[in-house]
Amino acid sequence: METLMAILIGGLFASGIYLMLRRSIVKLAIGLVLLSQSANLTIFTVAGLTRGNPPLVPEGESMPLVPYADPLPQALVLTAIVIGFGVLAFTLVLVKRVYQTVGTDDMDEMRSTDGFKD
Amino acid sequence: MSHDLLVALPIVIPLVTGVIALLFYEQRETQRIISAIGAAALLIAGIALLLEVRAEGILVSDMGGWPAPFGIPFVADLLSAVLVMMTGLIAFTVALYSLATMDPRRESFGFYPLFHILLMGIAGSFLTGDMFNLFVWFEVMLIASFVLIALGGERAQLEGAIKYVALNLISSAILLAAIGLLYGVAGTLNMADLGMKLQDVDEPWLVTTIGMLFLVSFGIKAAIFPMFFWLPASYHTPPIAVTALVAALLSKVGVYALIRAFTLIFTQETGYTHQILLVVAGLTMVTGVLGAVAQYEVRKLLSFHIISQIGYMLVGLAILSPLALAGSIFYIVHNMVTKTNLFLISGAAYRLQGTYELKQLGSLYRYHPYISALFFVSAMALAGMPPFSGFFAKLTLVRGSLEVEHYIIVAVALFTSVLTLFSMTKIWTEGYWTPSEAEENDELPPGVNSWPGWNSQMLAMFVPIIILATLSVGMGIFAQPVISLLIETAEQLLEPSLYIEAVIGDES
Repeated sequence: METLMAILIGGLFASGIYLMLRRSIVKLAIGLVLLSQSANLTIFTVAGLTRGNPPLVPEGESMPLVPYADPLPQALVLTAIVIGFGVLAFTLVLVKRVYQTVGTDDMDEMRSTDGFKD
Repeated sequence: MSHDLLVALPIVIPLVTGVIALLFYEQRETQRIISAIGAAALLIAGIALLLEVRAEGILVSDMGGWPAPFGIPFVADLLSAVLVMMTGLIAFTVALYSLATMDPRRESFGFYPLFHILLMGIAGSFLTGDMFNLFVWFEVMLIASFVLIALGGERAQLEGAIKYVALNLISSAILLAAIGLLYGVAGTLNMADLGMKLQDVDEPWLVTTIGMLFLVSFGIKAAIFPMFFWLPASYHTPPIAVTALVAALLSKVGVYALIRAFTLIFTQETGYTHQILLVVAGLTMVTGVLGAVAQYEVRKLLSFHIISQIGYMLVGLAILSPLALAGSIFYIVHNMVTKTNLFLISGAAYRLQGTYELKQLGSLYRYHPYISALFFVSAMALAGMPPFSGFFAKLTLVRGSLEVEHYIIVAVALFTSVLTLFSMTKIWTEGYWTPSEAEENDELPPGVNSWPGWNSQMLAMFVPIIILATLSVGMGIFAQPVISLLIETAEQLLEPSLYIEAVIGDES
């Protein structure tokens, strides 16, 4: 299972980066989404994919029954998904505004502020 | 005052200020007053925190009463406290300045609430003691800065913002993946706990690899070589108050995160990781200043200088001796003051002359000698001339490097410093001494070069500049107390067990 997940995560990272290297800003936004999702999956996988008991302490015990699924990575991923969602919403609005103002979706035409030419 | 409250205040004050300002969304005048009061309160809270930390040692506050490493602690050691105080200072001066310079349109679209949410994110990043929480504060800070940079919607702003957003989101994704891997290796994300557990991990190479991921992620935020390209593309596009704020604080948060991570957590293979840091520091200095030398627009020129100075701040971290690290922290403090001031002054010059182009500014010195004097102080401080703050920051750094015989980095630092001086004199001769073309041909539009008199707007603009200029002279003349405080800070950083003990408590 870990191997499969590793291949999936690698594939997602690769496609995210490929999309970001394209010149269209819409693809840039999609690439960013893929990137943040693959980071989420990384957390999820690295912490260990366990099929086990829920992390609840049964009556009379002081620890959950082993093996139990670690709840912390899930909390982390959940937080990261929510943050990613907010940031994505902003990015989409920004992409739309950039397209309306600059009149193109080509990154190569947006170099007036780079400061490498006068 | 209880310690918990002192540690939490720098985060709570901007949050409350931002929320109250939001409640008065329709009333710009009220928002302006709230913003100024909130920023002043943040400064006072920062000073109180620093005094307390200096007297009492590292302060820890466990949020929600959960003991570390299970809950999220907020930790104020000397480095955090110094930086929080500086954040308060910059916030206060820029908040005053923005009263005079921010246009009504941006104000009515929520400039002040965003300003304070940004401050909250920055203070949170400085104070948190948990890696994932650091990521969350980074995001708070980033989303506020995204909006601040794009607010107004001019073409240049949007073009800059798209690069800024894209690169910072990549950095966040890398940070998130690195945090996941770290959790997989150590099973904890509490910084103090990490510092302890990673000392005896079986696979140090794995930890170093993760450390490099953190270096890339924080490096993008700090704008180090070769990941700085978003900075000169975006920082000069928003109004000058926003530029000054982000220039003073955002990249420093990246540097702070690097210092924290590479003194507390990733200390297994310092020979390898810190060698990389040293090389990167040298390259950052040189590329940044070479970029600056080629520019003729004040804001772009200063943006490139930010990069070059990030290099200086990394040198001390790379060398890891108390004196050099103290020099680096001095450099951060000095840079926050002077760089903000240079941006504020160029904004004032823009108000008086209507341009940021050096060639068109023309003989500011003849018409406005006071502002020229203020510029001169800050520019010389930036270039590191005695008796200003920059000189002692550089001196400490160079002495620290010489003590451990890192001669090459000293040579690079001094070479960079000569080029910095050159580009500062370029601003001086082009913008302040040489008459502009329009002036020589008597084609100046009416109103330019006249002094508008001391109205309240001018006061709000010049008081912050004078405060910052005084500080950069003061930190030079009274350098001894500053340096001894910072050496204490550096010694605390180089003794991670202090931090770990304060957070986790004794081994029992």
